[in-house]
Amino acid sequence: MIAFIVTACAAFLMYLILTAGSGTIGFWSLSELVMGTLLALLTGLVARKSLCRSESYRLLSPVRLLLLLVYVPVPFFIELTKANLDVAYRVITMNIRPGIVRVHSGLKTDFGIFMLANSITLTPGTLSVGIDEETNDLFIHNINVGVGDEKKKIIESTELFSLVNLPAWIRRIAE
Amino acid sequence: MIDAWILTVLCLTILMVLATVRLVLGPTAPDRVIALDTVNTLVIASMILFGVVFKQIIFVDVAIVYGLLSFVSTLYIAKYIGGEL
Amino acid sequence: MTVIEIIVYICLAIGVVFNTLGVIGLLRFPDLYTRMHATTKATTFGSIFTSLAVIVYALYLFLTVNDSQYLTLAIHAFLAVACLVFTNAVSAHAIARAAHRSGIMPSPAVVDRLAEAKL
Repeated sequence: MIAFIVTACAAFLMYLILTAGSGTIGFWSLSELVMGTLLALLTGLVARKSLCRSESYRLLSPVRLLLLLVYVPVPFFIELTKANLDVAYRVITMNIRPGIVRVHSGLKTDFGIFMLANSITLTPGTLSVGIDEETNDLFIHNINVGVGDEKKKIIESTELFSLVNLPAWIRRIAE
Repeated sequence: MIDAWILTVLCLTILMVLATVRLVLGPTAPDRVIALDTVNTLVIASMILFGVVFKQIIFVDVAIVYGLLSFVSTLYIAKYIGGEL
Repeated sequence: MTVIEIIVYICLAIGVVFNTLGVIGLLRFPDLYTRMHATTKATTFGSIFTSLAVIVYALYLFLTVNDSQYLTLAIHAFLAVACLVFTNAVSAHAIARAAHRSGIMPSPAVVDRLAEAKL
Protein backbone atom coordinates (compact mmCIF):
# COMPACT_ATOMS: atom_id res chain seq x y z
CA MET A 1 0.00 0.00 0.00
CA ILE A 2 2.81 2.43 0.92
CA ALA A 3 4.60 1.43 -2.28
CA PHE A 4 1.50 2.25 -4.32
CA ILE A 5 1.11 5.71 -2.73
CA VAL A 6 4.80 6.55 -3.13
CA THR A 7 4.90 5.47 -6.78
CA ALA A 8 1.69 7.35 -7.62
CA CYS A 9 2.94 10.53 -5.93
CA ALA A 10 6.28 10.34 -7.75
CA ALA A 11 4.54 9.83 -11.10
CA PHE A 12 2.15 12.73 -10.45
CA LEU A 13 5.04 15.02 -9.48
CA MET A 14 6.89 14.07 -12.67
CA TYR A 15 3.78 14.80 -14.76
CA LEU A 16 3.37 18.19 -13.08
CA ILE A 17 7.00 19.09 -13.78
CA LEU A 18 6.71 18.08 -17.44
CA THR A 19 3.51 20.05 -18.06
CA ALA A 20 4.30 23.24 -16.09
CA GLY A 21 3.29 26.38 -17.97
CA SER A 22 0.20 24.95 -19.67
CA GLY A 23 -2.63 26.92 -18.01
CA THR A 24 -3.92 29.24 -15.31
CA ILE A 25 -4.45 27.16 -12.09
CA GLY A 26 -1.00 27.85 -10.67
CA PHE A 27 0.93 26.95 -13.81
CA TRP A 28 -1.36 24.11 -14.94
CA SER A 29 -4.63 23.76 -16.82
CA LEU A 30 -7.55 21.72 -15.45
CA SER A 31 -7.43 19.02 -18.14
CA GLU A 32 -3.73 18.38 -17.48
CA LEU A 33 -4.39 17.99 -13.73
CA VAL A 34 -7.23 15.45 -14.25
CA MET A 35 -5.25 13.47 -16.82
CA GLY A 36 -2.17 13.54 -14.59
CA THR A 37 -4.13 12.13 -11.64
CA LEU A 38 -5.56 9.28 -13.72
CA LEU A 39 -2.17 8.41 -15.25
CA ALA A 40 -0.46 8.58 -11.84
CA LEU A 41 -2.97 6.12 -10.33
CA LEU A 42 -2.48 3.76 -13.29
CA THR A 43 1.33 4.02 -13.01
CA GLY A 44 1.20 3.35 -9.28
CA LEU A 45 -0.90 0.24 -9.88
CA VAL A 46 1.40 -1.17 -12.56
CA ALA A 47 4.88 -0.15 -11.31
CA ARG A 48 4.63 -0.40 -7.50
CA LYS A 49 6.82 -3.51 -7.38
CA SER A 50 9.67 -2.09 -9.41
CA LEU A 51 10.19 1.31 -7.76
CA CYS A 52 10.13 0.15 -4.11
CA ARG A 53 11.90 -3.18 -4.54
CA SER A 54 13.96 -3.08 -1.34
CA GLU A 55 10.92 -2.51 0.96
CA SER A 56 12.79 0.12 2.98
CA TYR A 57 11.22 3.57 3.21
CA ARG A 58 14.14 5.29 4.91
CA LEU A 59 14.47 7.86 2.13
CA LEU A 60 10.97 9.23 2.73
CA SER A 61 12.05 11.30 5.74
CA PRO A 62 12.10 15.01 4.78
CA VAL A 63 15.54 15.62 6.30
CA ARG A 64 17.15 13.06 4.00
CA LEU A 65 15.35 14.42 0.93
CA LEU A 66 16.46 17.96 1.82
CA LEU A 67 20.05 16.77 2.30
CA LEU A 68 19.87 15.02 -1.10
CA LEU A 69 18.68 18.28 -2.70
CA VAL A 70 21.57 20.17 -1.08
CA TYR A 71 24.12 17.43 -1.87
CA VAL A 72 23.85 17.57 -5.67
CA PRO A 73 24.32 21.33 -6.31
CA VAL A 74 26.84 22.22 -3.57
CA PRO A 75 29.42 19.58 -2.43
CA PHE A 76 29.04 17.34 -5.46
CA PHE A 77 29.35 20.24 -7.90
CA ILE A 78 32.51 21.52 -6.18
CA GLU A 79 34.14 18.11 -6.57
CA LEU A 80 32.88 17.88 -10.18
CA THR A 81 34.55 21.19 -11.07
CA LYS A 82 37.83 20.12 -9.48
CA ALA A 83 37.70 16.76 -11.28
CA ASN A 84 37.23 18.44 -14.64
CA LEU A 85 40.15 20.81 -14.12
CA ASP A 86 42.21 17.73 -13.19
CA VAL A 87 41.15 15.85 -16.34
CA ALA A 88 41.88 18.95 -18.46
CA TYR A 89 45.40 19.08 -17.02
CA ARG A 90 45.98 15.39 -17.76
CA VAL A 91 44.59 15.60 -21.30
CA ILE A 92 47.02 18.41 -22.11
CA THR A 93 50.15 17.05 -20.40
CA MET A 94 49.50 13.23 -20.62
CA ASN A 95 50.96 12.87 -17.12
CA ILE A 96 49.14 9.67 -16.08
CA ARG A 97 49.82 6.68 -13.81
CA PRO A 98 46.72 4.45 -14.09
CA GLY A 99 45.76 1.41 -12.03
CA ILE A 100 42.80 -0.40 -10.47
CA VAL A 101 42.64 -0.22 -6.66
CA ARG A 102 40.29 -1.67 -4.06
CA VAL A 103 38.36 0.85 -1.96
CA HIS A 104 36.65 0.15 1.36
CA SER A 105 33.25 1.90 1.31
CA GLY A 106 31.78 0.97 4.71
CA LEU A 107 28.20 1.41 3.40
CA LYS A 108 25.50 -1.25 3.77
CA THR A 109 22.41 -0.15 1.80
CA ASP A 110 22.04 -0.55 -1.97
CA PHE A 111 21.15 3.12 -2.44
CA GLY A 112 24.29 4.21 -0.59
CA ILE A 113 26.53 2.04 -2.76
CA PHE A 114 24.75 3.31 -5.87
CA MET A 115 25.28 6.96 -4.89
CA LEU A 116 28.92 6.40 -3.93
CA ALA A 117 29.68 4.56 -7.20
CA ASN A 118 28.08 7.31 -9.30
CA SER A 119 29.79 10.07 -7.33
CA ILE A 120 33.13 8.31 -7.78
CA THR A 121 32.58 7.95 -11.52
CA LEU A 122 32.00 11.68 -11.97
CA THR A 123 34.64 13.00 -9.53
CA PRO A 124 38.46 13.22 -9.26
CA GLY A 125 40.28 10.95 -11.65
CA THR A 126 38.40 7.81 -10.67
CA LEU A 127 35.98 5.43 -12.40
CA SER A 128 34.17 2.58 -10.66
CA VAL A 129 34.75 -0.71 -12.49
CA GLY A 130 33.42 -3.44 -10.21
CA ILE A 131 31.76 -4.24 -6.89
CA ASP A 132 32.52 -7.04 -4.43
CA GLU A 133 28.94 -7.91 -3.46
CA GLU A 134 29.81 -9.69 -0.20
CA THR A 135 31.89 -6.99 1.48
CA ASN A 136 30.48 -4.00 -0.52
CA ASP A 137 33.99 -2.97 -1.59
CA LEU A 138 34.40 -1.02 -4.81
CA PHE A 139 37.08 -1.56 -7.47
CA ILE A 140 38.15 1.78 -8.88
CA HIS A 141 40.21 2.68 -11.91
CA ASN A 142 42.32 5.63 -10.80
CA ILE A 143 44.00 7.74 -13.48
CA ASN A 144 46.79 8.83 -11.13
CA VAL A 145 47.55 6.29 -8.38
CA GLY A 146 49.43 8.01 -5.56
CA VAL A 147 53.02 6.89 -4.98
CA GLY A 148 52.87 4.01 -2.46
CA ASP A 149 49.14 3.37 -2.87
CA GLU A 150 49.77 0.42 -5.20
CA LYS A 151 51.35 -1.49 -2.29
CA LYS A 152 48.30 -1.15 0.00
CA LYS A 153 45.75 -3.98 -0.11
CA ILE A 154 42.79 -1.67 0.48
CA ILE A 155 42.34 2.10 0.79
CA GLU A 156 39.63 4.13 2.51
CA SER A 157 37.00 5.93 0.40
CA THR A 158 37.62 9.26 2.15
CA GLU A 159 41.18 9.36 0.78
CA LEU A 160 39.84 9.78 -2.77
CA PHE A 161 38.23 13.15 -2.16
CA SER A 162 40.27 16.15 -1.08
CA LEU A 163 37.98 19.20 -0.82
CA VAL A 164 34.69 17.84 0.55
CA ASN A 165 34.08 14.62 2.49
CA LEU A 166 31.51 13.06 0.13
CA PRO A 167 31.29 9.58 1.81
CA ALA A 168 30.19 11.25 5.06
CA TRP A 169 27.43 13.10 3.19
CA ILE A 170 26.30 9.88 1.52
CA ARG A 171 26.30 8.07 4.87
CA ARG A 172 24.09 10.79 6.33
CA ILE A 173 21.67 10.58 3.38
CA ALA A 174 21.39 6.86 2.75
CA GLU A 175 22.11 5.02 6.01
CA MET B 1 22.27 36.75 -29.70
CA ILE B 2 21.20 34.02 -32.15
CA ASP B 3 24.68 33.91 -33.68
CA ALA B 4 26.34 32.68 -30.48
CA TRP B 5 23.92 29.74 -30.21
CA ILE B 6 24.47 28.71 -33.84
CA LEU B 7 28.24 29.07 -33.47
CA THR B 8 28.15 26.75 -30.43
CA VAL B 9 26.11 24.17 -32.35
CA LEU B 10 28.67 24.38 -35.18
CA CYS B 11 31.54 23.70 -32.74
CA LEU B 12 29.67 20.71 -31.26
CA THR B 13 29.09 19.34 -34.78
CA ILE B 14 32.83 19.51 -35.54
CA LEU B 15 33.46 17.65 -32.26
CA MET B 16 30.99 14.94 -33.31
CA VAL B 17 32.97 14.41 -36.53
CA LEU B 18 36.19 14.15 -34.49
CA ALA B 19 34.59 11.58 -32.16
CA THR B 20 33.57 9.58 -35.24
CA VAL B 21 37.30 9.15 -35.99
CA ARG B 22 37.61 7.09 -32.80
CA LEU B 23 34.43 5.23 -33.75
CA VAL B 24 36.09 4.10 -36.99
CA LEU B 25 39.61 3.54 -35.61
CA GLY B 26 38.78 2.03 -32.18
CA PRO B 27 40.74 -1.20 -31.70
CA THR B 28 38.10 -2.91 -29.53
CA ALA B 29 34.32 -2.92 -29.33
CA PRO B 30 34.06 -0.97 -26.01
CA ASP B 31 36.15 1.84 -27.57
CA ARG B 32 33.54 2.16 -30.29
CA VAL B 33 30.75 2.12 -27.70
CA ILE B 34 32.22 5.02 -25.70
CA ALA B 35 32.80 6.98 -28.91
CA LEU B 36 29.13 6.45 -29.79
CA ASP B 37 28.16 7.50 -26.26
CA THR B 38 30.15 10.73 -26.68
CA VAL B 39 28.38 11.44 -29.97
CA ASN B 40 25.02 10.86 -28.25
CA THR B 41 25.89 13.30 -25.44
CA LEU B 42 26.91 15.97 -27.95
CA VAL B 43 23.71 15.40 -29.98
CA ILE B 44 21.61 15.93 -26.83
CA ALA B 45 23.52 19.13 -25.93
CA SER B 46 23.07 20.57 -29.41
CA MET B 47 19.37 19.61 -29.47
CA ILE B 48 18.82 21.65 -26.29
CA LEU B 49 20.56 24.58 -28.00
CA PHE B 50 18.36 24.15 -31.09
CA GLY B 51 15.35 24.48 -28.81
CA VAL B 52 16.42 28.08 -28.12
CA VAL B 53 17.48 28.86 -31.71
CA PHE B 54 14.13 27.88 -33.24
CA LYS B 55 12.01 28.64 -30.11
CA GLN B 56 10.46 25.15 -30.23
CA ILE B 57 10.15 23.12 -27.01
CA ILE B 58 9.68 19.91 -28.99
CA PHE B 59 13.45 19.77 -29.61
CA VAL B 60 14.12 19.51 -25.86
CA ASP B 61 11.42 16.83 -25.43
CA VAL B 62 13.01 14.81 -28.21
CA ALA B 63 16.40 15.28 -26.50
CA ILE B 64 15.07 13.77 -23.23
CA VAL B 65 13.64 10.71 -25.00
CA TYR B 66 16.79 10.36 -27.16
CA GLY B 67 18.96 10.37 -24.03
CA LEU B 68 16.90 7.70 -22.28
CA LEU B 69 16.81 5.47 -25.38
CA SER B 70 20.56 5.79 -25.93
CA PHE B 71 21.05 4.85 -22.24
CA VAL B 72 19.00 1.66 -22.71
CA SER B 73 20.86 0.73 -25.88
CA THR B 74 24.24 1.33 -24.20
CA LEU B 75 23.22 -0.92 -21.28
CA TYR B 76 22.23 -3.72 -23.67
CA ILE B 77 25.48 -3.42 -25.66
CA ALA B 78 27.39 -3.55 -22.34
CA LYS B 79 25.52 -6.72 -21.34
CA TYR B 80 26.36 -8.27 -24.71
CA ILE B 81 30.06 -7.37 -24.40
CA GLY B 82 30.21 -8.74 -20.86
CA GLY B 83 28.69 -12.04 -22.03
CA GLU B 84 25.59 -11.93 -19.81
CA LEU B 85 22.94 -11.82 -22.53
CA MET C 1 25.67 43.79 -23.94
CA THR C 2 23.65 43.18 -20.84
CA VAL C 3 24.79 41.16 -17.82
CA ILE C 4 22.61 38.21 -18.86
CA GLU C 5 24.23 38.06 -22.29
CA ILE C 6 27.70 38.04 -20.74
CA ILE C 7 26.73 35.18 -18.40
CA VAL C 8 25.28 33.21 -21.32
CA TYR C 9 28.40 33.74 -23.46
CA ILE C 10 30.68 32.63 -20.61
CA CYS C 11 28.62 29.47 -20.01
CA LEU C 12 28.65 28.60 -23.72
CA ALA C 13 32.43 29.16 -23.90
CA ILE C 14 33.10 26.93 -20.87
CA GLY C 15 30.86 24.24 -22.32
CA VAL C 16 32.57 24.22 -25.71
CA VAL C 17 36.05 24.20 -24.13
CA PHE C 18 35.32 21.20 -21.89
CA ASN C 19 33.57 19.28 -24.69
CA THR C 20 36.64 19.87 -26.87
CA LEU C 21 38.95 18.61 -24.11
CA GLY C 22 36.79 15.49 -23.74
CA VAL C 23 36.97 14.67 -27.44
CA ILE C 24 40.74 15.37 -27.56
CA GLY C 25 41.16 13.02 -24.61
CA LEU C 26 39.10 10.39 -26.44
CA LEU C 27 41.50 10.61 -29.37
CA ARG C 28 44.75 10.92 -27.39
CA PHE C 29 44.67 8.61 -24.37
CA PRO C 30 46.35 5.19 -24.64
CA ASP C 31 43.73 2.65 -23.44
CA LEU C 32 39.99 2.18 -22.92
CA TYR C 33 39.74 3.12 -19.24
CA THR C 34 41.66 6.39 -19.50
CA ARG C 35 39.63 7.32 -22.57
CA MET C 36 36.50 6.71 -20.54
CA HIS C 37 37.77 9.19 -17.91
CA ALA C 38 37.95 11.90 -20.56
CA THR C 39 34.56 11.21 -22.14
CA THR C 40 32.40 10.71 -19.04
CA LYS C 41 33.72 13.63 -16.98
CA ALA C 42 34.55 16.29 -19.53
CA THR C 43 31.61 15.90 -21.91
CA THR C 44 29.14 15.70 -19.00
CA PHE C 45 30.54 18.92 -17.51
CA GLY C 46 30.53 20.68 -20.89
CA SER C 47 26.94 19.67 -21.59
CA ILE C 48 25.89 20.89 -18.13
CA PHE C 49 27.29 24.32 -18.95
CA THR C 50 25.78 24.65 -22.45
CA SER C 51 22.41 23.66 -20.96
CA LEU C 52 22.92 26.10 -18.07
CA ALA C 53 23.23 28.87 -20.67
CA VAL C 54 19.87 27.80 -22.13
CA ILE C 55 18.24 27.70 -18.67
CA VAL C 56 19.54 31.17 -17.71
CA TYR C 57 18.45 32.70 -21.03
CA ALA C 58 14.97 31.10 -20.89
CA LEU C 59 14.39 32.20 -17.27
CA TYR C 60 15.48 35.75 -18.20
CA LEU C 61 13.01 35.81 -21.10
CA PHE C 62 10.27 34.38 -18.82
CA LEU C 63 10.82 37.15 -16.27
CA THR C 64 10.88 39.99 -18.86
CA VAL C 65 8.40 38.85 -21.56
CA ASN C 66 6.26 36.82 -19.10
CA ASP C 67 5.42 34.12 -21.64
CA SER C 68 4.95 30.73 -19.93
CA GLN C 69 6.48 28.75 -22.83
CA TYR C 70 9.93 29.96 -21.74
CA LEU C 71 9.34 28.53 -18.27
CA THR C 72 8.50 25.20 -19.92
CA LEU C 73 11.69 25.45 -21.99
CA ALA C 74 13.82 26.04 -18.85
CA ILE C 75 12.24 23.16 -16.90
CA HIS C 76 12.56 20.73 -19.81
CA ALA C 77 16.20 21.70 -20.40
CA PHE C 78 16.87 21.08 -16.68
CA LEU C 79 15.21 17.64 -16.87
CA ALA C 80 17.22 16.75 -20.00
CA VAL C 81 20.51 17.63 -18.32
CA ALA C 82 19.54 15.73 -15.13
CA CYS C 83 18.85 12.63 -17.27
CA LEU C 84 22.17 13.17 -19.04
CA VAL C 85 24.26 13.27 -15.83
CA PHE C 86 22.57 10.21 -14.33
CA THR C 87 22.68 8.07 -17.48
CA ASN C 88 26.29 8.96 -18.34
CA ALA C 89 27.53 7.81 -14.93
CA VAL C 90 25.58 4.54 -14.98
CA SER C 91 26.46 3.62 -18.57
CA ALA C 92 30.16 4.37 -17.99
CA HIS C 93 30.14 1.93 -15.05
CA ALA C 94 28.31 -0.69 -17.16
CA ILE C 95 30.77 -0.46 -20.06
CA ALA C 96 33.83 -0.54 -17.76
CA ARG C 97 32.55 -3.63 -15.94
CA ALA C 98 31.65 -5.42 -19.19
CA ALA C 99 35.03 -4.60 -20.75
CA HIS C 100 36.90 -5.95 -17.72
CA ARG C 101 34.77 -9.12 -17.73
CA SER C 102 35.42 -9.66 -21.44
CA GLY C 103 39.18 -9.64 -20.81
CA ILE C 104 40.33 -6.13 -21.80
CA MET C 105 42.94 -5.23 -19.18
CA PRO C 106 44.20 -1.68 -18.55
CA SER C 107 47.41 -1.78 -20.58
CA PRO C 108 49.61 0.82 -18.87
CA ALA C 109 48.74 0.01 -15.24
CA VAL C 110 50.75 -0.03 -12.04
CA VAL C 111 48.30 -2.30 -10.18
CA ASP C 112 45.13 -4.29 -10.97
CA ARG C 113 43.31 -5.50 -7.84
CA LEU C 114 40.18 -6.55 -9.73
CA ALA C 115 42.09 -9.14 -11.80
CA GLU C 116 43.74 -10.41 -8.59
CA ALA C 117 40.37 -10.74 -6.80
CA LYS C 118 38.93 -12.90 -9.67
CA LEU C 119 35.26 -11.94 -9.27
